[in-house]
Amino acid sequence: MADSPADTDVLAPLALDALHRRLGARMVSFAGHAMPIQYEGIIAEHLWTRGHAGLFDVSHMGQLLLPLAADAALEAVLPGDIKGLGEGVLRYSLLMNETGGIIDDLMVTRRARDLYLVVNGATKAGDIAHLRAHGLDPQWRDDWALLALQGPEAVDVLDRLVPGVAALRFMRGGAFAWEGQDLWISRSGYTGEDGFEISVPVAAAEAFAEALLAAPEVRPIGLGARDSLRLEAGLPLYGHDLGRHTTPVMAGLAFAISKRRKVEGGFPGAEIVLRELLDGPRQKRVGLSIDGRLPAREGAMVFAGDTQVGMVTSGGFAPSVQAPIAMAYVDAAVAGDGTALSVDVRGRRLAATVVPMPFKPKHYVRKGAQP
Amino acid sequence: MTRYFTSDHEWIDVDGDVATVGITDYAQGQLGDVVFVDLPEPGRVVAKGKEAAVVESVKAASDVYAPVSGTVTENNAALTEDPALVNTAPEGEGWFFKLTLSDTGELAGLMDEAGYKALVETL
Repeated sequence: MADSPADTDVLAPLALDALHRRLGARMVSFAGHAMPIQYEGIIAEHLWTRGHAGLFDVSHMGQLLLPLAADAALEAVLPGDIKGLGEGVLRYSLLMNETGGIIDDLMVTRRARDLYLVVNGATKAGDIAHLRAHGLDPQWRDDWALLALQGPEAVDVLDRLVPGVAALRFMRGGAFAWEGQDLWISRSGYTGEDGFEISVPVAAAEAFAEALLAAPEVRPIGLGARDSLRLEAGLPLYGHDLGRHTTPVMAGLAFAISKRRKVEGGFPGAEIVLRELLDGPRQKRVGLSIDGRLPAREGAMVFAGDTQVGMVTSGGFAPSVQAPIAMAYVDAAVAGDGTALSVDVRGRRLAATVVPMPFKPKHYVRKGAQP
Repeated sequence: MTRYFTSDHEWIDVDGDVATVGITDYAQGQLGDVVFVDLPEPGRVVAKGKEAAVVESVKAASDVYAPVSGTVTENNAALTEDPALVNTAPEGEGWFFKLTLSDTGELAGLMDEAGYKALVETL
């Protein structure tokens, strides 16, 4: 058997490190930290989250603050409407480069006193440098941990601990408190399920996580299941499905270009991206359903007949679908739903079909929906 | 019959010049949920220390090496139906393949159960 991941002793421990180890997590190196990849097993954790509530530690992600007055300057580095963002509203956005590529994907929330950004763990240092180079001075709040509680029973559990959170709707956030500690909670996540992301001071993080885990509906979930859950939900992962050579249009993320910004432009790569919106991209991110049981992983070549038409950027066995699934970039001509393609895995050609994403229906609680 | 182990976490049961190969309980624990096993076909010649099979967990694909050189005579069809046997019975029903040894002298370099146990305790 090939060697297992390198030891994790040298990495900076995060707020819940001791808790993860006590819970029997297998820790791996991820984004410069020791993080839990799994506890009882990826499939069990994945299915538990879809059926109940899973607690994820995502404290490796970067939580950054900008002053409210920085909204115009922030619009110069991303294509979202930040000036017009309502208080307590989250917006998914993209830090972009001059060629229309993606430097990172992130969430921006306008709060009462600041703009709150959540960026990817592996890219946070680069993002901070990039923002500084563009005249912004983000404050990195590594004194906050970030937890996610995801799944159909998340709302019941969290509302018992923090009354009032059930009133939040998808992509809305608010200030709450638990035992005298300030929390920032949004109804959002990365699993395709209803759920919440909770920013909690590091000093209170372990006690708060333990309080959540004391609920019978909640189990701890590692990064392994986080990846399989997001893949089934059709959500791209930066560094794999998104990067400096993929544009928002190629990635199917044109919704992140706000209406006003489509008219006004003024974000990096605007000319390229707005032209691509009209003309269509050369390649598109698609979902692939793969015949059989053998997973196709990142880097697997995609073929139409004998012609290579693209590459898998994320792939694996989908526990809720009970089959291998993948995301790939393929030539626009073969990106239509239902197109029959094949994927090369160790010299074997697996039959694959372009399918719409998500692979599993999402269960978000949107504005206007009945509680 | 004698059971040997490798530092790559394979086990091998040897009876004369016929051997059965699988991965250890420690190995399956490290891999996590196994969803597919790519097994060598009968007749394939495998070389000691070289790739002989691929085991796919939810997360990743990992190579399984041949503990000794030889010719594959049979693979475990049960793994095609139920790859999770690797997790539930790694050192029994979850065996990978059988082979005829081409050089029984290669066995001298492998560990016995006590040696392997001592290795795992250092990990």
